[in-house]
Amino acid sequence: MTALRRVTPQLLTLAALVALITLFFPDFLRIEVINGRLVGTTMDILKRGAPIGLLAVGMTLVIATRGIDLSVGTTMAITGAIAAWSITQGYGLGGALALALLAGVAAGLWNGMLVAIFGIQPIVATLILMTSGRGIAQLVTEGRILTFSHDGMAFFGSGDLMGIPAPALLWLLTAAGVAFLMRRSALGMLIEAVGVNRAASALAGVNATVLLIAVYVASGLCAALAGIVATADIRGADANNAGLWLELDAILAVVIGGNSLMGGRFSIAASLLGALIIQTIDTGILLAGFPSEYNLVIKAGLVLIILVLQSPNLSQHWHRLRRAAQRRREIAVASMKETGQ
Amino acid sequence: MLLTITSLTKTFPGTKALDGVDFDLAAGEVHALLGENGAGKSTLIKCLTGAYERNEGLITLEGQTISPRSTSEAQALGIGTVYQEVNLLPNLTVAQNLTFGNEPRRFGMVDRRAQRRQAEEMLDGYRLDIDVSRDLSAYSVAIRQIIAIARAVALSGKVLILDEPTASLDAREVETLFAVVRRLRKKGLGIVFVSHFLDQVFDLSDRVTVLRNGKKVITERTADLDRVQLIEHMLGRALKDDVVGHAKAHQAGREWPELLKFEGYGRRGHIAPFDLSVGKGEVLGLAGLLGSGRTESAELMFGLAPAHSGAARDADGTLDLSSPRAAIAAGFGFAPEERKEDGIIADLSVRENIALAMQARRGWARPVPRAEQLRLAEDYIEKLDIRTSGPEQPIGDLSGGNQQKVVLARWLAMNPRFLILDEPTRGIDVGAHAEILRLIRQVTAEGMSILVISSELDELIAVADRVIVVRDRHHVAELTGPEITTDTIVRAIAAPDRETAEVPA
Amino acid sequence: MNPRLFPLAATIGIFLLACLICVIQFPYMLSTRVVGNLLTDNAYLGIVAVGMTVVILSGGIDLSVGSVIAFSGVFIAVMLRDTGLHPIIVFALLLVVSTSFGAGMGWLIHALAMPPFIVTLAGMFLARGAAYMLTIDSVPINHVFYDLLDDAYVLMPGKGRLTLIGVVMLLTVAVGMIVTHRTRFGASVFALGGGEAAARLMGVKVGRTTVLIYAFSGLMAGLSGIVFSVYTSSGYPLATVGTELTAIAAVVIGGTLLTGGAGFVFGTLIGVLTMGLIQTYIVFDGSLSSWWTKIIIGLLLLAFILLQKGLLRVTVSKAGA
Repeated sequence: MTALRRVTPQLLTLAALVALITLFFPDFLRIEVINGRLVGTTMDILKRGAPIGLLAVGMTLVIATRGIDLSVGTTMAITGAIAAWSITQGYGLGGALALALLAGVAAGLWNGMLVAIFGIQPIVATLILMTSGRGIAQLVTEGRILTFSHDGMAFFGSGDLMGIPAPALLWLLTAAGVAFLMRRSALGMLIEAVGVNRAASALAGVNATVLLIAVYVASGLCAALAGIVATADIRGADANNAGLWLELDAILAVVIGGNSLMGGRFSIAASLLGALIIQTIDTGILLAGFPSEYNLVIKAGLVLIILVLQSPNLSQHWHRLRRAAQRRREIAVASMKETGQ
Repeated sequence: MLLTITSLTKTFPGTKALDGVDFDLAAGEVHALLGENGAGKSTLIKCLTGAYERNEGLITLEGQTISPRSTSEAQALGIGTVYQEVNLLPNLTVAQNLTFGNEPRRFGMVDRRAQRRQAEEMLDGYRLDIDVSRDLSAYSVAIRQIIAIARAVALSGKVLILDEPTASLDAREVETLFAVVRRLRKKGLGIVFVSHFLDQVFDLSDRVTVLRNGKKVITERTADLDRVQLIEHMLGRALKDDVVGHAKAHQAGREWPELLKFEGYGRRGHIAPFDLSVGKGEVLGLAGLLGSGRTESAELMFGLAPAHSGAARDADGTLDLSSPRAAIAAGFGFAPEERKEDGIIADLSVRENIALAMQARRGWARPVPRAEQLRLAEDYIEKLDIRTSGPEQPIGDLSGGNQQKVVLARWLAMNPRFLILDEPTRGIDVGAHAEILRLIRQVTAEGMSILVISSELDELIAVADRVIVVRDRHHVAELTGPEITTDTIVRAIAAPDRETAEVPA
Repeated sequence: MNPRLFPLAATIGIFLLACLICVIQFPYMLSTRVVGNLLTDNAYLGIVAVGMTVVILSGGIDLSVGSVIAFSGVFIAVMLRDTGLHPIIVFALLLVVSTSFGAGMGWLIHALAMPPFIVTLAGMFLARGAAYMLTIDSVPINHVFYDLLDDAYVLMPGKGRLTLIGVVMLLTVAVGMIVTHRTRFGASVFALGGGEAAARLMGVKVGRTTVLIYAFSGLMAGLSGIVFSVYTSSGYPLATVGTELTAIAAVVIGGTLLTGGAGFVFGTLIGVLTMGLIQTYIVFDGSLSSWWTKIIIGLLLLAFILLQKGLLRVTVSKAGA
């Protein structure tokens, strides 16, 4: 119940968006079955939202530790390039996937070590990979758009399972899996503890260093999955444009999901709703015939609103008001008790 | 009188930090302000420097009532402050620091040469031979403190507040600093000197005021006091009997089976090597003034700062105490002094805060089931009488005493064999105070060993079976059974210091 | 030597080393022509990096500058196309807009007590979106005044062209050096970067300074946009994507501490030139691929961040002794 209450604002926003779009485009919610596949705008949103959704999962964990991972877009480019390269080299699907995921882990380890062991601020540490990573991706593709034709690989971009697009399935399953892992193991709580107060957590025996590295590895892995999806979708690796600016969308999705940039409490479901909101706005603007670029202004507006809501200054005022109200209530209750005696 | 404070009161939600405090300062006087952590020294100073607004009371400077609302306003009125640490900007040059805000300018640009000259003039009379165009970070803390004093005096010029200025200086540096302070006194400045080094207080000050729990205990001429009296005013006989409960029946010669043994355990710059044995079910007290090395002893034993020498042993052999995790694995627990910074996880619930250490011990893959967490939380909420709306309330919303009980519950849930409590009752209300003491007696009766660090001697006397006295980063005395009295502890603490301060390396 | 000068010395050393390598391999590179091009090609980057230096010195970051440059180009192009205003008036208008934009972000950062990173991220979206609102196409600029600006150069000995925009960049660096190192505002910027608590104690008006810092960065981004529009003779909303990162990299390679409080505007100029030089070298070489630029710049970035981390540790341990 509390989980549902947590995501209510995001659900309401999404519902309002969907209602608004449906008002103008009644076909928006229609899903048809064509050749055993579910086809419709909503399916499209689920499919196109895969990269942001996947990145948002990892980003949620990183932000929960009061960090940030700017390198995920670049990591997508690297892992996508490696996947395409291994396919063209004939390593087969398994080899390609393994190598791409391994590259994601390596990227995460790199970031995590810089943050947790060298003590570099996350934004600075991940900036290094963000700037140089595209060069590494281009090194792999040798500056070309590395195309391949491999149906197994392409499945991750355009295939479908039981009528549902594979990318949609992949990100929903990943998100569900990670969320399940976080809440069923103690990871969620430990990550939140480290994010709120690393010193106190370490004193209570939490292995903060390892946890920090782990969240960046998770973020790298999610980026690798997103990179595979992006590469599979276009049947090629574009080192220049794959995942370009997606790190910002992923951060935005996490922030729209109401997760605080100051670390602590996090909700993967809320981040995913954030990703869906972004993707729905995207699609809605396209449907309305506006140039897709208009959503930048909308995104900026969204960020501003959320910033105002999240601002520590504002929440302090809010807190004070609530405390005062609570005190008044307590006094009232106490005086009632007294008169009762 | 240059500065007069009458019945100053400052309250924060839930606590009265200052309660009707009187204080005065004459021109050409050094007036020492003493008290343990939480006694109200820093609140008093913050009211003077405009960082806090007082609730009640009067402050007059040269007969005029003043109510500074910011540091710069206080400065303009004539009250300058030098703190222990954050004073100046190490990333700017000495000259920039000294002239900051008043830089000489030509054509709108800072005139570097005039700036240097101005800075050198400001330092004139402080007998420093330094290059003002170098970064402040190039100089030692002592020189930085003198530069900070020079800036404060030049900007303010009437009252100078020195807040623990010597905490990180060695003996020679302290002497240099004191020479500066004496010259300023001669020039007619009123100086408030906050320190916990008693020798320095006797050395430098003309009068002493002792604060305790937000109240003024005494104001005396320094020459009329001796160390024992002073320490008694700071530490002794403050708790009412209902807090302390029944004094412990100290039985001479009672033996506890040995649980742990620290041999030659020490760390350079923190605490000199010490031997300590801990009995099973014993309550050890650690007494000493602030900065004596009591917290450092605890941090060493818990692996926060690994030992440079010595070893810790139990019946089965040597213990690994290289990190908090290792110490916890060895059956240790530690409730730190800085509850907010090092104890609680503010945004997490009471339940999660209690379960945290246990969860960390079990590893992420074996979560403590939620039902079990709830049972634990509800259990301890009842047992320790934690005032909360429920196990799911964020701990940050609780009062200090209740937060402390939650931190205690976190460790009790682990059932450690050796639990270290650093100032477990600081800043909490009387009721919670008594409960925590009762709790210590109860768990030790069940076989847990506890080390309590406290600046309330009555508290140590009430619960401790043995008291270790720490002074100047050495364990200097061990009192057992009937020897544990206010007098003996105070005497042990008051024995002349070896040096003014150890050189922290 | 003052340890704070080490990063600057390292920057200059690396730059000289890079020059030496270039000249040994391609003697032709030692010509005023190459020098002139280096200045012209990197003029917009140099200008925006000066603003970024001030922001980073104060311990902040400004992610919006790339978008603001693109917005500026589009704004100028559209205004010149649709109104009869003289470019100089358009420039003035633009600088007012971009400066107020920066000031607004600074105010939000201070008022909401939010990290500069996320506030300027919103600014980045907003400026880019505003550029799109104006046009989604590349708008060419055809104005006599622009031809004049384009042709304004001094022929250096050896036929190198010292262009107007190159000179503007050098002048901006000079002004930036004076503002940061020789004014009270500059001192406040360093103070904020050294620590907000201490800065407050020293009497810095934190709110006012924060607003001014981001306003300055906005002003520089606007100026950079003007220079960029002269350089490309057009306005394009998709231009200068990622310039904020290049600028940050130039600032850090220029020896400014990314956590704020220490650095030099002059170092930023050297940082920009070093990055330009790497690019020029790769163009000259022909066989090396352009992606090596990014990798080398990334490595330089890492090296400087680690160098600064090490220096910090040295100073901290010295202060503790």
